[in-house]
Order: sequence, then structure tokens, then C-alpha cells
Amino acid sequence: MDAGRVFGKKVNGRGLAGGPGCDVCYGLVEDTQEKEGLLPERAEEAKLKAKYPSLGQKPGGSDFLMKRLQKGQKYFDSGDYNMAKAKMKNKQLPSAGPDKNLVTGDHIPTPQDLPQRKSSLVTSKLAGGQVE
Amino acid sequence: GRVKEMNTYAWPTVFGGAGGESERTRADIISTVEFNYSGDLLATGDKGGRVVIFQREQENKSRPHSRGEYNVYSTFQSHEPEFDYLKSLEIEEKINKIRWLPQQNAAHFLLSTNDKTIKLWKISERDKRAEGYNLKDEDGRLRDPFRITALRVPILKPMDLMVEASPRRIFANAHTYHINSISVNSDHETYLSADDLRINLWHLEITDRSFNIVDIKPANMEELTEVITAAEFHPHQCNVFVYSSSKGTIRLCDMRSSALCDRHSKFFEEPEDPSSRSFFSEIISSISDVKFSHSGRYMMTRDYLSVKVWDLNMESRPVETHQVHEYLRSKLCSLYENDCIFDKFECCWNGSDSAIMTGSYNNFFRMFDRDTRRDVTLEASRESSKPRASLKPRKVCTGGKRKKDEISVDSLDFNKKILHTAWHPADNVIAVAATNNLYIFQDKIN
Repeated sequence: MDAGRVFGKKVNGRGLAGGPGCDVCYGLVEDTQEKEGLLPERAEEAKLKAKYPSLGQKPGGSDFLMKRLQKGQKYFDSGDYNMAKAKMKNKQLPSAGPDKNLVTGDHIPTPQDLPQRKSSLVTSKLAGGQVE
Repeated sequence: GRVKEMNTYAWPTVFGGAGGESERTRADIISTVEFNYSGDLLATGDKGGRVVIFQREQENKSRPHSRGEYNVYSTFQSHEPEFDYLKSLEIEEKINKIRWLPQQNAAHFLLSTNDKTIKLWKISERDKRAEGYNLKDEDGRLRDPFRITALRVPILKPMDLMVEASPRRIFANAHTYHINSISVNSDHETYLSADDLRINLWHLEITDRSFNIVDIKPANMEELTEVITAAEFHPHQCNVFVYSSSKGTIRLCDMRSSALCDRHSKFFEEPEDPSSRSFFSEIISSISDVKFSHSGRYMMTRDYLSVKVWDLNMESRPVETHQVHEYLRSKLCSLYENDCIFDKFECCWNGSDSAIMTGSYNNFFRMFDRDTRRDVTLEASRESSKPRASLKPRKVCTGGKRKKDEISVDSLDFNKKILHTAWHPADNVIAVAATNNLYIFQDKIN
């Protein structure tokens, strides 16, 4: 494989040979280093699979993407809420209130149950001026 | 000479509180830093939806050591937290990006965005006040019009400088997914906004319409394999923009070729050796930032472990690769467990494109001089920032024998991340955001 690939710098290519202070100074012992460069990542992968054997076959990809796309999703379902409201027209909706033992799924959350997001009314500390 | 330049950053100006992990200071975490076109203004956005703007002092002959320091100029609440009941989605007020517009008159304009909504803010100065109104008193109370017997012309009187920020446009409801980038076009009339799957083109004057120019959402979401991670317009060619992906690729698109730029004009990807592939390969290849050089000839991408410089004329591989913290390759397992492997670092060019900078952990940041091939690791911290002393280069030790002043990989604090840095467009002045503190360093040499 391409000698400089693992470390990302071509030593035999476009005049990017490392000089003093260069972050890649492995020129002379390239081949050995190159093999060692492969090992850390594989060793880490083995460690991870040992800890989490059920980790998906596919390499880190789609699961993360779906999680990323769903960031911010809360469990308030306005559909369920409104259906429940319609069915129990004459009754009070049970509120979460002090009863923390309600099992998830039995209780239809209401907008009031959601943690209140307060906006930042306090001025940023950066605007307090220079420190020291 | 350029050689000494990187090692002589000093004169730190530090803003921000002492910080801590408590809930109350989470809002103070800086989420974006951006100089304006002249470099006289520096804007920061934070997790609490606030924007703070700093202004550079005019250099003063009577105070030769003032060196154009930055002071607070204006601060305002840009975005508020919201809840989208229809989608059961919590919308954070965190400012993801700020981009300045080029200055056209006395006022300054910037775009700030959270996950869903982009706002155009006008920042203007008021240093005069009108006095002598006919219909109201000096204290603002309305006068009875029937009691007015004579008319006077109000006159302008000087007042203490007041800097006002007002929202001029709100560009909302165009993004289903989370906005990661905004970029002002060189035509100064349009800008793009990008989320995980789509890129929209806006006109700065028009808020009720935007054009979708890239859409990578698959018909079946289970076929989703990559997302858009960053996008930017070319600095000079108003028809060209690039976007990067979670798979380490960059696509360059030309808006002249078609209305919907799903087909790229150029496709940049570094060939990978299949034998070196691991579970982590794709995650660490995900590009977290893409930036064109000022010249427009190159672009730079940041992935988890490196910064790559690409020549726009060569799609097959980058022309330069700079290792930011290669020693983390043997820590990927724990970095995956603590989610640090998903941290999104940004990168930036200096004004002349001769150097690039990006952040790392332990409040370290890295600078690479492209001409001399030298690089340096510096630290942004209260302890290591003495007013007149140069920043001392830092070194991380990977092997067994740790030299004095070196830090071992295992001692690095992964909670101290420098994700956002900015470089003055012309001078050697840099802004580094270390969690909730902003450091501004200046070059010691003239």
C-alpha cells in the first residue's frame, strides 16, 4: 500500500518530505511504523467488540446517522395527547404531578409535563468584559 | 520572515467566567466564533442563543502596548428555545454558525442560525439623540396637543454611544433536519443554508421562499448512508459551492449546470486502503468542517484526526495532510464510548493562506505553516497565558518515557475541547474558544 497513506503524508510524493519539527518524522523506519499504524485502530476495534459483542455488523454508519437526524426528539406525542383528550372529554386528564411511580406508556404526557425550557435571560459572561 | 511567526503568540485577552460543569454555565459554552471581513469585529455565539460582538480598538500612539485589543461592543439574544409540537421536536437555541455580510454602510449585518431558523441581524450605532420634540416631553410623556402654542425644530444632541442589534429578517421553516452551515455568496445577495440532507439557497431580502439546490434524502430512509456535514460558497465564483459528507467526501457543485445540484461537478475523495478499514474508519473520516482558502484555489477539510488541503483541480487526493492528534488512534475505543469521536472540530486559514489552525483536546490547538512545514501545539488556558510571555509550545508524549513538560496521552482532558477557532483576515490575531472562555492572541512581532 501507499507508504505515506497511514500517516497521511506522502514522503516519496510531492515534495512534502518531513523536515525538523514535522509531525511525521518516521521517514527511515517507514515500513515498520506503517504496520504499527494499522494495529492501534484494529486493536481498538477488538477492544470495543469485546465490550459490546452485539455491536452491529455494519461499521459505524447508519445507526449514528439516524440518531443524528433524530436529535431533539422528545416523547410527547400530540396525536396521542389529543386522542386521549377527546376520549376523556368530561374527565380530568391524569397529570404526572407528584406521582412518580406512573409507568411510562400508561400516562399521556401533557405539554405541562415537559421540562420548561427557559431562555437565557442572563447576559453572556463574555459580555462582562476582559478578564485580568 | 514567516518562520518565527507561529511560536510567538502572546498578549492573551480572555473573556468569560471561571466556568464549571454546572447546568447554569452550560449556556455559556461558545458554539461559534467568526471575524468580520475587516477583522475589526469578532462575533461569538453560545449554547444559550446569545451573540456577543467584540470590536478592535483603534491603535493608539499614546498607548503603544494596546495593540488593538478587543473589547465588548454589543450583545443580544439571537435565538430562543422552542418546541415543535407537531413533530415532538425540541429546538435548541444554540447558535450553530454566525456569518458576517460584507459591510456596505455604517451598519454591520450578520447571519446567525440555530438548528432550524436563520436570522439576519443589523448592528448599528447611535450616538445622537433628538431633543425638543413638540408632541412629547423630554421624559417621553405625551403633551396635550391643544396646549402647544409654538412649534420648535428638534435638534440632534450627542449622547453616549449605544450599539443596537435588531433582527431584520427571519428565514424560517425551510429545514426539516438540523442546520449545520450557512455561507454568504460572493454576489452579496444570496446565501446557502445546509442541514443533514438538504441545502437551500436564499435571497437575503426574501424570507418566504428558498430554493432547494441539493437533496440527498433517499426515498427509503433505511437506505441512508451519508449526511451533509458542512457547506460553503466559493469566495469568488458565485455559482460554485462545496459540501462535505459523513463519509469523508466533498462534492463541488455548479449552480449554472442545473437548478438542482444533486449531481456534482467534482467529487473529492481520498482513496482508502481496504485492508486498513476498521469499525472506526467511517466515523473518523467524517468531515466536520470545510473551508475554501482566501485565494479560492484550495479548500481544507477537517476530519477527526487530521486536516487535509485539497487543490480544487485535483479530485483524487488531497495535496497536504496534517495530523492533528494522531496519538488518539490508539484511544478510539474509549473515545467512542465517551462520544468524543463524534466531536466536530472546525478549521481555519490565515489571511494569506500560508497557515492553518484547528483545535484539539486539553485546550490545545494546532497551527500548521504550509510553507515551512512546521507545526506547533499551543494551549489556551488561564494558567499558561501570562500577559506578555509567548505561548509555550506543548507536546504530547505517546511512548513510555515522558520528558519534562510533556503531557501523556492518558492525562489529556477530553472535556476541554477547542472546537471553534478563527483567524483575523489580515493580521496575526487569533480567537480561540475554549468551552466557555474566549481567548484572543496577538502576534508579538509587528
